[in-house]
Amino acid sequence: MTTMHSPALEAPARPRRRWPKPTLLIGLALLLVLIFAALFPRVLAPFSPTDFDYEALLKGPSAKHPFGTDNFGRDVLSRVIYGTRVDMQIAIFTTLFPFIFGTLLGALTGYLGRWSDAIVGRIADLVVVFPFLVLVIAIVAVLGPGLTNMYIAVSAVGWVSYWRLTRGEVMNQKKAEYAQAGKVLGYSPSRILLRHLLPNAVTPAIVYLMTDMSLGILLGASLGYLGLGAQPPTPEWGVMVADGKNFMATAWWISTFPGLALTLAGVTFSLIGDGLADALRPRA
Amino acid sequence: MTTPLLKVRDLNVRIPTPGGLLHAVRGVNFDLMPGEVLGLVGESGSGKSVTLRSLIRLHRPPIGMTGTVEYGGQNLLNASESKLRDVRGGQISMIFQEPMSALNPVLTVGEQIRENLLEHKGLRGKAAQDRATELLDLTGIPSPKARLSDYPHQFSGGMRQRAMIAIALASDPQLLLADEPTTALDVTIQDQILRLLLRLREELHMSVILVTHDLGVVAQTCDRVAVMYGGRLVETAGVNDLFHAPKHAYTLGLMRSLPGAGEHRQPLQPIPGGPPDLRSLPPGCPFAPRCEYVTDECRGTEPPLLEVAPERFSACVHYTELPALKSTLEEVNA
Amino acid sequence: MHASYVIRRLLQIIPTFLAVMLVVFLLVRLLPGDPASAILGDRATAEIVERTNRELGLDKPLPVQFGVFVRNFLQGDLGDSISLKIPVIRLIGERLPTTLFLTVYAAVLGVLMAVPLAVLAAVRRNTWVDALIRAVFQVGLSLPVFYVALQLLSLLGARLGWFPIGGYGEGFGGHLYHLFLPALTLGLNLAAILVRTLRNSIIEVLTAEYVDFARAKGLRSRVIMTRHVLRNALIATVTLLGLNIGALIGGAVITETVFAIPGVGRLMVDAIFGRDYPVIQGLTLTFAIIVSLVFLITDLIHARLDPRAELT
Repeated sequence: MTTMHSPALEAPARPRRRWPKPTLLIGLALLLVLIFAALFPRVLAPFSPTDFDYEALLKGPSAKHPFGTDNFGRDVLSRVIYGTRVDMQIAIFTTLFPFIFGTLLGALTGYLGRWSDAIVGRIADLVVVFPFLVLVIAIVAVLGPGLTNMYIAVSAVGWVSYWRLTRGEVMNQKKAEYAQAGKVLGYSPSRILLRHLLPNAVTPAIVYLMTDMSLGILLGASLGYLGLGAQPPTPEWGVMVADGKNFMATAWWISTFPGLALTLAGVTFSLIGDGLADALRPRA
Repeated sequence: MTTPLLKVRDLNVRIPTPGGLLHAVRGVNFDLMPGEVLGLVGESGSGKSVTLRSLIRLHRPPIGMTGTVEYGGQNLLNASESKLRDVRGGQISMIFQEPMSALNPVLTVGEQIRENLLEHKGLRGKAAQDRATELLDLTGIPSPKARLSDYPHQFSGGMRQRAMIAIALASDPQLLLADEPTTALDVTIQDQILRLLLRLREELHMSVILVTHDLGVVAQTCDRVAVMYGGRLVETAGVNDLFHAPKHAYTLGLMRSLPGAGEHRQPLQPIPGGPPDLRSLPPGCPFAPRCEYVTDECRGTEPPLLEVAPERFSACVHYTELPALKSTLEEVNA
Repeated sequence: MHASYVIRRLLQIIPTFLAVMLVVFLLVRLLPGDPASAILGDRATAEIVERTNRELGLDKPLPVQFGVFVRNFLQGDLGDSISLKIPVIRLIGERLPTTLFLTVYAAVLGVLMAVPLAVLAAVRRNTWVDALIRAVFQVGLSLPVFYVALQLLSLLGARLGWFPIGGYGEGFGGHLYHLFLPALTLGLNLAAILVRTLRNSIIEVLTAEYVDFARAKGLRSRVIMTRHVLRNALIATVTLLGLNIGALIGGAVITETVFAIPGVGRLMVDAIFGRDYPVIQGLTLTFAIIVSLVFLITDLIHARLDPRAELT
């Protein structure tokens, strides 16, 4: 007699419906817009992001300047559009190195186990005791402000999540039949690891990469706001919010629009992250 | 003739799923007599557990239930919440398949018994403590008083099932609903739990509805059996009659897939194919696609459950053609 | 909860503290060039640099320096602030209560927002109510803390004048009033982090079989909700809150800067611009110690609430 379980019958109170699929599509559409703005800001932006216009200082939104102008007469819309390139770059470089490093390390220690895993585990436990932002700004403080040092700082801290995810997944996969079969067939450990285990184990890390990109943008902008990330006059959204902070009462648009752009970018990546998690999650 | 304890008429359960409406239980009728142990048997997905949960209206929206479940002169499917609460746990108790997930991990076993005693018996303090100890003792848990303050994870699998039974019995129910109570357990523990249920049935004069997919369990414990297939009852019979001469091709298939014993040992014959998709049933007998006796007649309209012999009901067109089985209950039990 | 578990967990924190001290100690040694000239700035003469190196023990081998660092720490000596010329430990002692007040305040507001909404979303799961709550907090999660702080400050503070635009205020009531907007900013951020995970774990509890068993026992919904559902949901909340203490502290650094609150977060940012390395070092250490203590407390509360916790 079969002992197969039919989930729909045995646990009927648990609905199988998922977050509607259009979110992934909306996220991808928004991402295309962001990528286009980052690659071809010239096409979209009506003005240069850095040219001063002393005839039009602190002008509110109008047909000519839809997002208004700042205290140097720079067009806020153009600066927001050019900012896309900087903030997309931040999204990529704050996550790419942690992703590569954490994933490879996770695959390695997950496969080898024993002492290598224990040592890296201890280091990871240590890193998470430091508040992320505090450790990053402390490192930036030592290395000096600027985007490159920020990337170094984030990489030193951000690998932990990827390491955890990949390590756990590799440990699960290692038990799977195909890995055991590879062993029986006499494949070398590196081949089993790189060709068979890693491609299967990397899924959670990829899903997390999207969420992490939205966190990376927020972090980069926060450092920019504090004056520790991108430096003025770079059109970085966080820097731009900081530029306008003293004009909130008289020229709200200077800070408000870059902030909205940041939020939009964050939502874009988290929508894609959710959508990917949904699409890649193994079906029960 | 005595009046039934429970009368189920035209019970239907519909579960909305992303793939369409799942008609999990389709017009089930049966009576349960006082003191009777009724086995509800079928494959996974046959609707037996869903049926059992409907009896005390345990399904939550959006799952829909229609029909009547008459108990104590009342239809439980439209009784008020407070009336239903009195019946639930008070007169009809239920035990689940996985005691580990059915017991709340952060409450002690004692707390989980006492909340029942308070709700239905108004017992509290020392009286509740004493009664809880008695109940654990009754279900065969050693040093019951000390174990009351233990958490479920500190119990072994079999002990957990005993504890769950103790909780269910706290309010002296007249009817115990048991949803695959032994499936998660080792064979030896299974046997102990089944014996315990039979003993408690005698001592406490309870009726029991036992849902299982294990015909061995049925043979050991039940007075009468209802076989479910595709959300319907396809055969009901006394346990002896059923095992000697099944009157439905599906039941026959189930018997043949049982390991025989002694001189009648024969190769296992699993039923080919899988259970039907309840979201899109073909017309006719739901078992027809897997049935070796199938004829055109089976594929036309769905055969109703009819009385084919005294106290025996079957929904099989070809019940007369089915062979009697040489195997006996004792052999199945062996 | 067994005493042995508490003791074991307390002992585990000692190596953590040592490792944290090592990281913080090495952090400043990452400075390009020698630390003394970094501390003293470009205009210091070679002679002064050398003397400072000697005074700070920077001419000794690293392990010896670390030993001194640990010994000083145990004696409550974190060095002196370069710009303010007072002991770092005193500076932190003066500013830390403000930050603790802010973070606890924010955690309370965050939980007050997150828990009811997560319960509502879980109970009404897969309806428009659930979708709305989740969508709002998904956007909330993408809102930068400094941006929310700035907007609240300008709208509710400057424009409408409902709340002060900075400072710490006098007395408990004054603190509550002055820190409301910063705490709200941080609380919203925390709530955005909590709601989603909390909703999922409450759904898990609501659909758990023990809830069905409780219903089959004929218990009242109120009893089921309080005893069976909320207690398990509380465990999830405490754990999540503990895990996110780092985010809360990071948020406090930003919020204190925007609202000009005299706490350690603002002190950190000021110290970075003043290249006040002893302060940076002392604060990084303080934050890490706070986080490990919060992890410890979370574990202990968790063990108290969840009898299964001690097994692992």
